[in-house]
Amino acid sequence: MLLGPSLLLSALLFTIGVAGVMLRRNAIVLFMCVELMLNAVNLTFVAFSQVLGLGGQVIVFFVMTVAAAEAAVGLAIILAVFRHTRSVDLKNINLLQG
Amino acid sequence: MSAEVVFYLLAGFAVVSALLCITQRNIIASAMWLVSTMFSLSGIYVLLNAQFIAAIQVLVYAGAVMVLFLFVIMLLNVGRGGTDLRGAPVRLVAMLVGGALLAQLFLLGRVTPGGMAVLRGAAGGAGSPMASFPAGQLALTAPASQGVVGAIAEPLFRQYLVPFELTSILLLAAAVGAVVLAKRKL
Amino acid sequence: MTLSLIQAAAPAPAPAGAVGWVWLAVALPLAGFLVNGWLALKRPGAKTAVSAVGAGVLLAAFAVAAAVFVQLRAVPPESPLIVSLWRWIPSGSLDIRFAFQVDQLSTVMLLVVTGVGSLIHLFSIGYMRSDPGYARYFSYLNLFVAFMLVLVLGASLPVLFVGWEGVGLCSYLLIGFWFQDQANADAGKKAFLMNRIGDFGVLIAMFILWWTLRSLDFVTIAERAPVRLAAGGAGITAITLFLFLGCTGKSAQIPLYTWLPDAMAGPTPVSALIHAATMVTAGVYLVARTSTLFAMAPVSSAIVAGVGAFTALYAASIGLRQYDIKKVLAYSTVSQLGYMFLAVGTGAYVAGVFHLVTHAFFKALLFLGAGSVIHAMHHAYHATHSHEDAQDMRNMGGLRRAMPWTFVLMLIATLAIAGIPPFAGFFSKDEILAAAFGRGASQPVWYLYWAMGVLAALMTAFYMMRLMAMTFLGESRLGAAEREHVHEAPWSMTGPLLVLGGLTVAGGLLNLPAFAGGHEPLERWLEPVLARANEIMPLAMPHGQTEWLLIGGAVAIAVVGLLLGWRLTLARTILPAREAPPDTGFSLVLFRKYYIDEIYNGLIVRPLVAISRYVLWKGVDQGLIDGLGANGSAGLARGLGWVGSRLQSGQLGFYVVVFLLGAVWLLRAMAR
Repeated sequence: MLLGPSLLLSALLFTIGVAGVMLRRNAIVLFMCVELMLNAVNLTFVAFSQVLGLGGQVIVFFVMTVAAAEAAVGLAIILAVFRHTRSVDLKNINLLQG
Repeated sequence: MSAEVVFYLLAGFAVVSALLCITQRNIIASAMWLVSTMFSLSGIYVLLNAQFIAAIQVLVYAGAVMVLFLFVIMLLNVGRGGTDLRGAPVRLVAMLVGGALLAQLFLLGRVTPGGMAVLRGAAGGAGSPMASFPAGQLALTAPASQGVVGAIAEPLFRQYLVPFELTSILLLAAAVGAVVLAKRKL
Repeated sequence: MTLSLIQAAAPAPAPAGAVGWVWLAVALPLAGFLVNGWLALKRPGAKTAVSAVGAGVLLAAFAVAAAVFVQLRAVPPESPLIVSLWRWIPSGSLDIRFAFQVDQLSTVMLLVVTGVGSLIHLFSIGYMRSDPGYARYFSYLNLFVAFMLVLVLGASLPVLFVGWEGVGLCSYLLIGFWFQDQANADAGKKAFLMNRIGDFGVLIAMFILWWTLRSLDFVTIAERAPVRLAAGGAGITAITLFLFLGCTGKSAQIPLYTWLPDAMAGPTPVSALIHAATMVTAGVYLVARTSTLFAMAPVSSAIVAGVGAFTALYAASIGLRQYDIKKVLAYSTVSQLGYMFLAVGTGAYVAGVFHLVTHAFFKALLFLGAGSVIHAMHHAYHATHSHEDAQDMRNMGGLRRAMPWTFVLMLIATLAIAGIPPFAGFFSKDEILAAAFGRGASQPVWYLYWAMGVLAALMTAFYMMRLMAMTFLGESRLGAAEREHVHEAPWSMTGPLLVLGGLTVAGGLLNLPAFAGGHEPLERWLEPVLARANEIMPLAMPHGQTEWLLIGGAVAIAVVGLLLGWRLTLARTILPAREAPPDTGFSLVLFRKYYIDEIYNGLIVRPLVAISRYVLWKGVDQGLIDGLGANGSAGLARGLGWVGSRLQSGQLGFYVVVFLLGAVWLLRAMAR
C-alpha cells in the first residue's frame, strides 16, 4: 500500500534537493536544499515502517532531532562567516584554497 | 476520495513546491516554498499511518527549523538583488548528475510488499503478503491499543533508550556550539 | 693477527723464524707513518721525536730484512714461502688472501728498499732540518716505504697492486710537498694522472688473467700459464702488453715518462728514494716477477726491449742539453730504466735486477750528492738574499774546492754510471748489452737494440761528465759573497753518501761474471725464481772472443764519452744563468725535450678538457641529468601538484559537486 509510490516520491524529492545544492550559490539556500534531502529520506523511512516495523518511525524521530541541531549550528557558522566576509555567497568563501 | 488520489495530490504539490524552492530568486520565497513542501509531506505521513511523525514534522521542522532559517535570513538581510544561480556549465553538470541519480533511484525504487515478501522467501501466496512482516502488522495495530504517541514511545524508551539519551547530549552540544559560534566576541 | 702459513705447490719447509715475521717490515714503517702523522698534526716542532721514529722504523725494517736474508741464505727455498695474513676478498670462486711471498727475488728488493731507504732517511734528517713540514715529510716517507714493501712482498697481483697504487699516492704527496707553489702541485697531479693511465693497463691485465687462468697468485699463474695458454698467442700477448703499459707509467718509459722530470719539484731526498732507487723500479720488478708470462710472449718481450732501448737513447739525448742539475739526473734515470727494460725484454732477468740494484746505489748517491750541492747553493743565496736558481748548473762551477767529499763521491758514481770497471755499473750494463747482442744472432732486430744501447752509453758518459764539469770543475760562477758561504754538508748528510759510495764501488761483486773471476752469485741466488722463464726463453750470451770485444768496446766508449764531456764542456766559457744566451737549433729542441709536453698537451690534454667541459659537463651533466633528471622530475612533480591544487579551489560549491559526483558513483557501484 503506497510503498512504491512513496519511494518514488522520495527519490524525486531527493534528486531535486541534490540539484538545488549544486545550482545555488547562496549558502542559506544551499542549506535549505539539504533539509529538503533530509525530508525525502524521512519519507523513505516512514514508508518502510509500514512493512518493517516501528523502528522506522523512531529513526525519523532521531533524524529530525539531529537535523534541528545541525540547522542551529550550521546557521551559526554562516553567521560567523558573514561577519568576516560580509556575504553568504559561496564564491567568496574560499579560504580553504590549497 | 480514496487514499491514493489524496496521495497523488499531495505528492504533486510537494514536487512542485520543491522545484519552486530551488529555483526562486527571492530567498524568503524559497523558504516559504520549503515550508509548503514540508506540509505536504506531513499530510503524506498521515496517509502512511505515522500520525505522530506528521505532527512532529509540522511542530519541529516547519515550526522551529524553518523559523530559525527565516530569522537568520532576516538578520543577515540578504536575498535582495542578483541571481545566485550558478553559471551555465554547472547547470549542465547539475542536470546530468541529477538525471543519473534519479535513474539509479528509480531502479532501486520499484519495490512492492509482494516483491519484498518474495525476497524474504515467504512460501506461496498464503494469505496477504503482509503476513510475512509481523512487525509491520504491529505497527499498524499498535496505535489502536496504545495510542499514537504510546506506539512510538514504547520502542523509543525500551530498545532505543541509549540513542535517546545520546541525542540529548547532542542537543546540548549543538546549543552551546551555536551560542559560541555566533557570539561577536568570546 | 694470526699467521697461517700455507704451503705452496711443491712442499716446502714451513717458514719458521724470521720469514714468519716479515710482515713486521711493513708494519713498522706503517706505524712510523701513524706516529709521525699524529706528531705532524699535534706537535710539528718535535723534530727529535720525528727523526727518531722516522729513521728508527726504517733501520728496524732493515734489520728484519737482513734476518730474512740470513735465513734464506742458509736454506734457499725451491718455491716461494707464503706468509698469509688474512682473508681479504672472499667472493665466490675468487678468494684473495692478503699474503706476502718471500723468495729470493723479493728478498733482494726488500734489502734494497729498506737499506737505501734507511740511508736516505738519515740524509733527510740533515737536509730537511729547517723545513716547517718536517714531521709531515717523514710521515709520508714512512708511508711510502710501507707501500713499497707491500708491492715487493705481495704474493698476488691484487696485493701488489695495493702497493702499486699506494706508492703512486705517496709520490703525489711528496712531489707536491711544497704545494703552496702551484707548479709543485701541478707536478704532483701530473705524476698521479699519468700513473693512473698505466694502472688501467695493470687492471685490464688482471681481468684477462682471471678470465683465462682463474687465479691471480704469482705461484699459481706461473704454473698454469704454460699449460692453459698458447705461447705467443693472443691471450698471453695481451696480458703482458697491458702489464707493460702499467710499467711504462710507473717506471717512466715512453710514452708515459713525462712526469718524472717534472717530479723533480719535490725535495731531493724524495727524488733519490722514489724516483731513482725504488718506486720507478717497480715496473722492472713486475716484469721479473711475472717472468714466465713474458717468456711465453716473444712479441711482448720484443716490444719491452725495444721500448726500453729507444727510451734509453731518447732520454739520454735530452739529458745532453739540460741545465738544471736534477733534470739531468731525472733523464738519466729514465734512460737507465730503459736499460733495465731492455734487459728483461731480452730475457736477461738477472741482468735487469742486477742493474736495478747497482743503479739504486749510484743514482741515490748522485741525487743525494746533488742534494748536498743544492743545499749549499741555497745556503749561499739565502745569505746574500739573492734570487738566483740554486739548481742551475750554469750558476755553479769550481765547487770541488768547497765540497771535496761530495765531489769525490759523485765522481765515483759518475764513473759507475758511465760503465768504467771495476765500479758497479760496468758489470751490470755490460751484461745487459751482451745479452742483447747475443739474442741478435737469432732475432736481428736485437742488433738494433744493442746499437741504441751503445749509443746511449756514449751519451750517458758525456752528459754525466758534463754535469761534473759544470758543477765541480772550472772556475766558480758564483759571486764573491756567495762563495764564502758555500761549504761541505754536515756529516749527517755526508755519512750516508759515504756508505752509498762504498756500495757503488763494491756493487759489482754482487754478480761478478766469470771473466772477472767471479761466480755470479746473484744469478745463482735468483735461479729458482727464474727457472721456468729461462726454460721457455733461454739466453744466448756471447762467449770467448766476442765477449772480450764487446767488453773492450764498452769500456772504450765510456772513456771516450767521459773525455769528450770533460773537454767540450770546459772548452767554452759558461755564463751564469741570468746572462746565458738561449739555445738555438737542435740544441733548443733537446733543451725543450723535443717539445713532447707541448705535443701531449695539444693532442691529448686539450681535446679531453674540451670534451669534458662541453660534452660531458654542459651537455650531459647540466643538460641531461640536471635538466631532465633532477629539474625535470621536480618540474613534473610541481606540474602534477599544480593540477592537484586546482582541485582545492576553496569554493564550497565545487566541493559539493565533487562530493555528489562521488556519491552517485558509489550508488552505482552498490546498485549492481
